[in-house]
Amino acid sequence: MNDVALRLTVNGQPREGRCAPRKLLVDFLREDLALTGTHVGCEHGICGACTILVNGEAARSCLMLAVQADGAELVTIEGLMRDGVLHPLQEAFREHHGLQCGFCTPGMLMTALDLLHVKPEPTEADVREGLSAVLCRCTGYHGILKAVQAAAPRMVTAAHQGRNA
Amino acid sequence: MKPAKFDYHAPASVDEAVELLARYGGDAKVLAGGQSLVPLLNFRLARPAALVDVNRIAALSYVREVDGTVAFGAMTRQRTIEFSPVVASRLPLLREATRWVGHLPIRSRGTIGGSIAHADPSAEYPAVLTALGGEVEVQGPRGRRTVKAADLFETYLTTTLAPEELVVEVRLPAMPAGSGYAFEEFARRHGDFAIVGIAAMLVRDGARCTSARLAAAGAGPVPVRLRAAEEILERDGLGDAAIEAAAARAAELVAPDSDIHASAEYRRHLTSVLTGRALRRALKTPRP
Repeated sequence: MNDVALRLTVNGQPREGRCAPRKLLVDFLREDLALTGTHVGCEHGICGACTILVNGEAARSCLMLAVQADGAELVTIEGLMRDGVLHPLQEAFREHHGLQCGFCTPGMLMTALDLLHVKPEPTEADVREGLSAVLCRCTGYHGILKAVQAAAPRMVTAAHQGRNA
Repeated sequence: MKPAKFDYHAPASVDEAVELLARYGGDAKVLAGGQSLVPLLNFRLARPAALVDVNRIAALSYVREVDGTVAFGAMTRQRTIEFSPVVASRLPLLREATRWVGHLPIRSRGTIGGSIAHADPSAEYPAVLTALGGEVEVQGPRGRRTVKAADLFETYLTTTLAPEELVVEVRLPAMPAGSGYAFEEFARRHGDFAIVGIAAMLVRDGARCTSARLAAAGAGPVPVRLRAAEEILERDGLGDAAIEAAAARAAELVAPDSDIHASAEYRRHLTSVLTGRALRRALKTPRP
């Protein structure tokens, strides 16, 4: 089947491209838009490395076709830092050693971002359950858990002050 | 891996979708939330000639309460259900079951119609549909028909629907005010496929149980309504002895298979243990 055209918004920027209907959204982001921050892991929705925000909600970009994102608003890991300032979640991951090899990190951050939007004041159990959506094969979960818990109140404060959250 | 080539269609209406399904005569697959189908495509376990993507059919996404029934458009996302005030007040059993469906990023995309049409026996929604005696509305080339939960599931990943039929609505009777409910599940990790799950609802009148609903997921090729266990409660009430008898009976009502995740014997054991747990918790958990 012929290539299809798509227009979408990625990290606030209008983008467009053409691809085969069978192209996965994660591959479109990486290969066509050169946004390689989103990682391809298991390709069956288990590992969570490819998690991005689709219209404000976390979703697996390996389980969507690129063509399905026509007209959508996406946020990828590249969209977190603004004006050279790290997002409070990124800052907290750095402080609390929330990453080792870094492969799962984009998925962890985007999943945590959605979790904290849904539950701005999560319990530890909430964070554990939420982060179970992403696998870290370095098994560095404790640092990740601490980072997300540390970021939560900062994001609430930032949101009150109308800053990056 | 990556999906093999397919024709891609994203119809804007149900009529158009059904026409496309009929045109491919069983060689097309419906793409709903894609959380089960896309992995199958990526691993080329499914190689349909065409995908009929129903995500652009806006008319298939809604939650409506009408005369004691809650109707869901087939494309209503699991995430929408999780946060729906109507579901929280009228179908808290469904809300609780939803929390067991994968993870939040999966529920952002996964749909109620897709989960039911996929007919994975370990999935939560088919079990809730079975427990509450719900039904689905399907549309095919010859019009619409209603299929009751009891007539819907045929075997593993197989429903009684024709390939050119599309699930358009899922209907569940609202739970009676004050009815108790619980969804118990055992999985290796939260969010993994259930090894066994139990959906339970109890309607009480004083010490009597006027209606009990129990269904098991993961304990056979289709979700199983545990009717003989329900009858024990309706006859003997909700005391410890009756609950234990119902839990023991539940294990005799299922015919699980062994696979790499668990033996048939273990699944049978879990059916009994989780039925007991679900009933005890349902007693303490009334619908608002």
